[in-house]
Amino acid sequence: MRVLVAGIAGKLGRLTALRLAAAGHEVEGLDRRPWRDAPREVRVHALDVRKRPAEDVFRRFRPEAVVHLATVAQLSLRTEDQLRQNLAGTRAVFDAAHRHGASRVVFVGRHTYYGAAPDSPLYHTEDEPPVEVGSLPQLADLVAADLYAASAFWRFPGMRVAILRVAYALGPSRRGLLASYLSLPRVPTVLGYDPLVQVVHEEDAAEAVALAAEKGLHGVFNVAGPPPLPLSKVISAAGRKALPLPAPLLRLGLARVGLAPLPGLAAAHLQYPVVVDDRPFRRATGFEPRYDALATVESFRHGV
Amino acid sequence: MRTPVLPEVDRRLRRLELRFGPLGFDPFGVSRDQLGWSFSLLWPFYRWYFRTRVHGQENIPTRGRAMLVGNHSGGIPIDALLVIAAAFFDLEPPRLAHGMVDKFVAAIPFVGDLARGFGQLTGLPEHAVRLLEDEQLLLVFPEGARGTAKLYPDRLGLVDFGTGFVRLALQTKSPIVPFACAGTGDAVPSVLNAERLGRLLGAPYIPITPWGLPLPRPARVDIVFGEAMTLSGTGAEEDEVIEREVASVRARIEALLEEAERRRRER
Repeated sequence: MRVLVAGIAGKLGRLTALRLAAAGHEVEGLDRRPWRDAPREVRVHALDVRKRPAEDVFRRFRPEAVVHLATVAQLSLRTEDQLRQNLAGTRAVFDAAHRHGASRVVFVGRHTYYGAAPDSPLYHTEDEPPVEVGSLPQLADLVAADLYAASAFWRFPGMRVAILRVAYALGPSRRGLLASYLSLPRVPTVLGYDPLVQVVHEEDAAEAVALAAEKGLHGVFNVAGPPPLPLSKVISAAGRKALPLPAPLLRLGLARVGLAPLPGLAAAHLQYPVVVDDRPFRRATGFEPRYDALATVESFRHGV
Repeated sequence: MRTPVLPEVDRRLRRLELRFGPLGFDPFGVSRDQLGWSFSLLWPFYRWYFRTRVHGQENIPTRGRAMLVGNHSGGIPIDALLVIAAAFFDLEPPRLAHGMVDKFVAAIPFVGDLARGFGQLTGLPEHAVRLLEDEQLLLVFPEGARGTAKLYPDRLGLVDFGTGFVRLALQTKSPIVPFACAGTGDAVPSVLNAERLGRLLGAPYIPITPWGLPLPRPARVDIVFGEAMTLSGTGAEEDEVIEREVASVRARIEALLEEAERRRRER
C-alpha cells in the first residue's frame, strides 16, 4: 500500500513511517522539519502540508492511505501559526487526500480532547463531548481539529476515516508534551493532587497508528497503552523530582519564578485524570501494547 | 517510606482479587499500599471501637458483580467505612467494596486521591456501570447525602431513595444485596447540620453533635446483610415500574434495619 505520512519528522511520524516501511508498504512523507537520517526507502519532502507544492506530492505519489500527524502540541508556543497549522493543515490534508484518490485517512489526535475536571469519569468513551475546553484555550485548537476532522465522515462518504485520540506517548526519543514536562529541572505538580496518567510507549503508539491505516479503520477511537499510573509514580519512575505547588500559585504563573515555564499542561490537567477507554480500538485491530507502564517510563528515563 | 501493615490485613490483601500492575495500582487507581495501611488503621475501629458485628455476609457473592444497597445513619459516612471493612475482614475470600463518593470530595486536595487509592471513586453513573461490568462489588446508599443528614431522632428511619440504583442494577444485570447498618446514628448523633459552615468548606453541610465536632463515640454497630435480590428488566422501564422495585428494596432494608437494631440492643 502507498502511504503518505503528513508530519513525518515528528517522533510519532518517524516511528510510524519505519513501522509501515518495515511491513512492506511504500512510504513517503511531508514535513516542514527535516528528518536527516531517514532510511533510503522513505522519501521525505520538506514541505508544509498547507502549501501548494505539498499537493503535488499527493498528485504524483497517489497515496492509498494518508496518515495525518501534523497537528501541533507545543502548547506553550501559542501563535496564529499554530492555529492555522492545526485547522488549515487538517483541511488541506483531507481535501488533497480526497482529490487525489486516497481511500483511507488516519487523523492522529490526542486523548486530552476530553479535558480534565473533578467530575470527569475515568475511562472516557468516544461518544463523550469534550469538557472544560475553556480552562485551557490552547487545548481548544486541538479539540477543534479533532471535531473538524470528523466532518470528513459526511464530506467524503466513500472514504475510510479513522480519528484516533492517543494517550501521552513516551519513550526513548524524549519528545512530546509529557516528555518535555518530565524534563523540567523540577517537575511542577499541584499540591494534594495526584491524577492517574495514561502513557503509551511511542513504539506502541506508532504500531497503533499503522494498524489503523492497514485495517482501514472507520470511526473515532481512543488509543491507550497499559493501565494508568498516578502522576507522582510516573515522575519518580522517570527519575525526576516533583515540585508540589499549591494550585493558586501554579495558576498565577508563579511557577515560572526560577523554573522553566509549564509546557501547556494547565493546572486542571495536573489535578484531574484524563483516562480513556480503548476497548473499541483493541477489538477492531487486535492491538496489544508491548510495553507496560513502568517499562514505558523507564525507556524515557534511560533513552533506550 | 513503608507504613506498617497488620499481618491479618496483609494476608487478606493477598487474597483480594484485584488486578494490580507493576507498581501496585489497579486500573481504577486503587493502591495496594494504601489498602494495606488504610485497613490496618480501620481494623481497631472496626473490631474494638465500634465492636462491629456482621450477620448474613454469606449473602454477598464471593465473586462477580453485585451491589450492596443499604441505609445511612450518623452525620458522617462511618457506616460506609464499616461496610467496606466488613467486606474485607468478614468475607471469605475478602472483597473490596467500591463506594461512590460525593463529587465535591474529588476536588478536595489529598482527600480525592486518598478516596481513589482506597477504591472509592466519584459518584458518577459511568463509574458505577464500569465497576459492575468489571465484576466488582459496588456499595450504594440510595439515600445519598440526605441519608447522612438525618438527625439523631430519625436515625432508625429511612429518607426517600433515589431511583438510579435500580436502573443501574437492571441495566448491568447485577444482584442487589440489601443491608442495614445500626449504631452509627448513635456514634455520630447529629443535633443539627451547619449548612453555611459546610458551604464555606465546600461540603453540603457539617454535622454538629452534642460535643460539637462530628467525632464518633464508641457505639456498638451491627450490620445485617439480607438475601440477594435479582430484579428482572432492562433498566429502560417507566418511572412507575422502577419506583415499585425501589419500594421493594426499601422495604427489605427497613426490615433488616429493625433486625440490626434488635441484635444491637440484645448484646
